[in-house]
Amino acid sequence: MPRNEIKIGGFGGQGVILSGYILGRAASIYDSKYATMIQAFGPEARGSACSAQLIISDEPITYPYIVAPNVMVLMSQEAYSKFSPELAPGGILLTEEDLVATHNLRADVRHFSIPATRIAEELGKRLVLNIVMLGFATALTNLVGRDAARNAVKVSVPKGTEELNFAAFEKGYEYGLQLREKAPEKTFA
Amino acid sequence: MHADPIGVLTGAHFIDGDHACSEGAIAAGCRFVAGYPITPSTEVVERIAERFPFVGGVFIQMEDEIASSIAIQGAVWGGKKAMTVTSGPGFSLMMEHIGLAAMTETPCVFVDVQRAGPSTGLPTMPAQGDMMQARWGSHGDYQIIAIVPNSPQECFDLTIHAFNLSERYRVPVMMMMDECVGHMIERVVIPSADKIEVHNRKVYDGPKESYRAFETGRDLVPSMVKAGDGYRIHVTGLTHDEKGYPDMSVSAQGKLVQRLMDKIRIHTDDIVMYKEEDVEGADVVVVSFGITSRTAIPAIEQAKAKGLKVGHLRLVVVWPFPEKRIRELAGKVKSIVVPELNMGQIVYEVERCAAGKCNVVSVPHAGGTVHQPKDIFAAIEKSLRGT
Repeated sequence: MPRNEIKIGGFGGQGVILSGYILGRAASIYDSKYATMIQAFGPEARGSACSAQLIISDEPITYPYIVAPNVMVLMSQEAYSKFSPELAPGGILLTEEDLVATHNLRADVRHFSIPATRIAEELGKRLVLNIVMLGFATALTNLVGRDAARNAVKVSVPKGTEELNFAAFEKGYEYGLQLREKAPEKTFA
Repeated sequence: MHADPIGVLTGAHFIDGDHACSEGAIAAGCRFVAGYPITPSTEVVERIAERFPFVGGVFIQMEDEIASSIAIQGAVWGGKKAMTVTSGPGFSLMMEHIGLAAMTETPCVFVDVQRAGPSTGLPTMPAQGDMMQARWGSHGDYQIIAIVPNSPQECFDLTIHAFNLSERYRVPVMMMMDECVGHMIERVVIPSADKIEVHNRKVYDGPKESYRAFETGRDLVPSMVKAGDGYRIHVTGLTHDEKGYPDMSVSAQGKLVQRLMDKIRIHTDDIVMYKEEDVEGADVVVVSFGITSRTAIPAIEQAKAKGLKVGHLRLVVVWPFPEKRIRELAGKVKSIVVPELNMGQIVYEVERCAAGKCNVVSVPHAGGTVHQPKDIFAAIEKSLRGT
């Protein structure tokens, strides 16, 4: 697997950083890959659009920042407006269906969306929307294996909430898998 | 000696460089930290404050950096291993006490997570602008050791090494991190306690009457006692004799300062640490340190792909500087390229050692982010023109 650059964006409180953290932890601890995560610090990290930047690779990671992300997971309209122009041509764009209206969607990216908030609400906690998105991203990319992601979820969420988070992960994963099977282009990052 | 298992979180973690530094300190046996939290080093003391109650450590959030840097020295003379943690503006305030630690031979660790300066500069963004300050910031002549990690894993490993060196040579040791490495999250593997070597200061336990606090053997490093052990000790920043008492004579000054310099100089070969790749037969060698050693790699690969013979020498310990090795290299290569996140500091050392024997090219950067590999690549190419 070559160097993959992932940007996860949303607004503060959605668990943007945590989902990036779990993805990186899955890759580097449970999948024996290399992962480097950089968070946005400073005023931009406090309110408005916040983001986690992650690099996942089979090789040691040298340059630590993302240059042209090939995978983007966006959970808010502002994050979509701000970040989606950075997505590399041919990149995979994953959005929260009800929170992001994909105006002027670029023709050169592959877009998939999921009503993650609604799914999370059906599970009883809107809070787990980020884990639904994580399951969705796990299914629609080859960044990390399903078991690795599940293991990382288990050790990263508050004790006592594991089952709820597993359920959220599985819902997102299943939803993503169905879209993946229907997708015309079969190669994924 | 090995680490005390109580402080060692054995396993594979996904943590940032700041937290890894805290874990390294705890594994090394540090049980006293005083600090005045400042971005981007805050996470170090945050984790220390959270973890210390479980390992019997004491963390104090002090009124400022001046107080922090002297509190740790009190703790050391009370028998603890201690460190303080800061960034540029706080590091500036600590300069006086770095000199005091050097003069009183108090083993302690100063962590500086560098951000772009001068003054308050860019609090949340990286730089490597404190490298000369670490070496020369306090007045007078003295020697210190400075270590520069380039990953969270090294923040763990090298913080242990920093404590070990400070205990062995009784000097302040600087952990010169930067914002990028401090806030970057990567895998950090913490081995079991029996795999972690920990060095403790030499302790004097001979007869009380013949104890001389600053008497040394051939290694020039005195043995320590701690306050309360019943030995007569006097610790002062004034020039002192072997007993530790002030001695305002030219001969005492000459003897003491010479030894403070020599105790590092005679051990330089043991202390210097650098990593080389493809240096033999190279036309150009890139000399880098810290985060810049990572941004240099894509540039070096690009140059190699174009057929250039490029090697890489990465300084892990920057002070003392590996003069001997740079002199050797300068006689063999056509040029040395020195990228650093400052306007040119370590390049002066390289130039001094190269002494005109090869071309030396600086790749400066005012900080705020890291180098673009293409800028380092351009410097590699340029360095060969006219050689």
